[in-house]
Amino acid sequence: MIRPVAAETDRPVLLRADRVTRVFGAFTAVDDVTMRVGPGEVVGLLGANGAGKTTLIRMVLGLLAMTKGDVELLGGPPDRELRRRLGYVPQGLGLYRDLTVRENLAFTSQAYGAAPPELPQALRAGTDRLIAELPLGLQRQLAFLCALAHDPDVLVLDEPTSGVDALARAALWDTIHEQAEKGVGVLVTTHNMQEAEQCDRLLLMSQARLVAQGSEADIIGSTTAIAIRTNDWARAFAVLNQAGQPVMLAGRDVRVADADADQVRRILADAGMTADITGVPATIEERMMVLARTPQAP
Amino acid sequence: MTFAVRSATVRFGDTLALDDVTLQVEPGSVVAVVGGDGAGKTTLLRTLVGEVQLERGEVDAPPPEAIGYMPATAGSWLSLSVAQNMNFVGGIYGLSGNALASRRDALLDRASLRDSFDRLSSQLSGGMRRKLGFSMAMVHDPPLLVLDEPSTGIDPVSRVDLWRLVSEAASAGAAVVMSTTYLDEAERAANLLALDGGRTLAHGTLQEVLDSFDGAIARTPTPHRPAWAWRRGRDYHEYWPRAADVPFDAVVVTPDLEDVVISLSMLKRHESEPAS
Repeated sequence: MIRPVAAETDRPVLLRADRVTRVFGAFTAVDDVTMRVGPGEVVGLLGANGAGKTTLIRMVLGLLAMTKGDVELLGGPPDRELRRRLGYVPQGLGLYRDLTVRENLAFTSQAYGAAPPELPQALRAGTDRLIAELPLGLQRQLAFLCALAHDPDVLVLDEPTSGVDALARAALWDTIHEQAEKGVGVLVTTHNMQEAEQCDRLLLMSQARLVAQGSEADIIGSTTAIAIRTNDWARAFAVLNQAGQPVMLAGRDVRVADADADQVRRILADAGMTADITGVPATIEERMMVLARTPQAP
Repeated sequence: MTFAVRSATVRFGDTLALDDVTLQVEPGSVVAVVGGDGAGKTTLLRTLVGEVQLERGEVDAPPPEAIGYMPATAGSWLSLSVAQNMNFVGGIYGLSGNALASRRDALLDRASLRDSFDRLSSQLSGGMRRKLGFSMAMVHDPPLLVLDEPSTGIDPVSRVDLWRLVSEAASAGAAVVMSTTYLDEAERAANLLALDGGRTLAHGTLQEVLDSFDGAIARTPTPHRPAWAWRRGRDYHEYWPRAADVPFDAVVVTPDLEDVVISLSMLKRHESEPAS
């Protein structure tokens, strides 16, 4: 659900990038990207590998110099002092694998000058266990605790739920929303498109550019897909695949993203097949696949 | 023929890794085994390929040379090139000369890896390495394909590519079993098996799993029993044993697979207590 927000101009901003570009040699990793994260907002940053998400995050946090543009973290140019008010859970979780749960917490709290946080039930039983011995779900919970121990104003999470089960994922999203309700601004990347609905606002990057933003519907835009129901999905799949259509299996149906329904009908008819063909909204993945196949505009 | 692991129980020392789990897969279809870290997915797949012994139950699988197995580690040798990896695995299955070359090139074409023929596996992106692992598992055209988390940790576009390769194998008649942490992949498979802590949470087609769910899901801005609620965006979804139990200020919704899997996981954890 999208919450009402104040007009763009009078909203306070925790993270801001204005027309930011980063060039590595002949390669443009981030191209003229503008984005903001305000207090209490959960903003999802989506994109394929190499789209520029991590480079953008590193610039906004002041960990990587820009080629062009301007960034602001908590009202100023990002530096060590401002980064103390940041909570960051990197993809690799950033825990010390040969320290115990207790030692990891003690280290992080001391580094940030905060009191060690209260442990949830699931972690209390294993405070003297090494991180390397902990199931992935608990490791993620602990990484969150470490990132939140100093009451940050901004939370940046890089694929926080990868590899965990549905219940553990739900618990992590509970934590993210609790933080947002306290006023923390959250920027989160995910490869699980079902999590898009957990975000208040989405940003989609493709080939270094910010190509869409807003709700899930805004991200998908006018991209559609065609759902095809036949009594022989395998043959329909093979025929369409042969014809070079970007076809996918969905249960006993097949789908083709960004395709022309008449053309699909003709391909199937030429193969002597009858099918129910319905136009349906594309998924975010399909939109991303279409973008990845589209040559970049000059 | 149907390949299957029936009523499988597996114990590692004191740990019950699988508790009476059944998995069946027909030729020309995809079965998704879905669950998180420690659910028992890898153990179940390894019983199917004969790497783990059952304490109880039975396995109906073809001989090892008729199975293509891609372990969760993705299964390529990092210091070999793409072509060398394919040649090596092809050789193990007795392919050589033109037969090997044409099979290898056709698979690499499908996986869009032809341009990376001489690249070392260590230099491939995560998504490309999974596609190589998939192509290696497919090299001898096995009737049973067993893929352990082919899509974990790779980006959505690579996941779409991989799913297309999986669909292609099934459309050509292979029986495919794949494990995943993504519920949307389980929704797209012909059949799914949801595991949690070594036990079956749900199995069947997506529709069967949704239809057999015994309970109600309500959408609410404030949960009545927080232990039975989880976030869906700014609102919560809350599990209720019966639709009649849902309070007037909450709205009953049609459950999706995520609702069902979360509810069943919660029920399993609260088994000893009543659901209220």
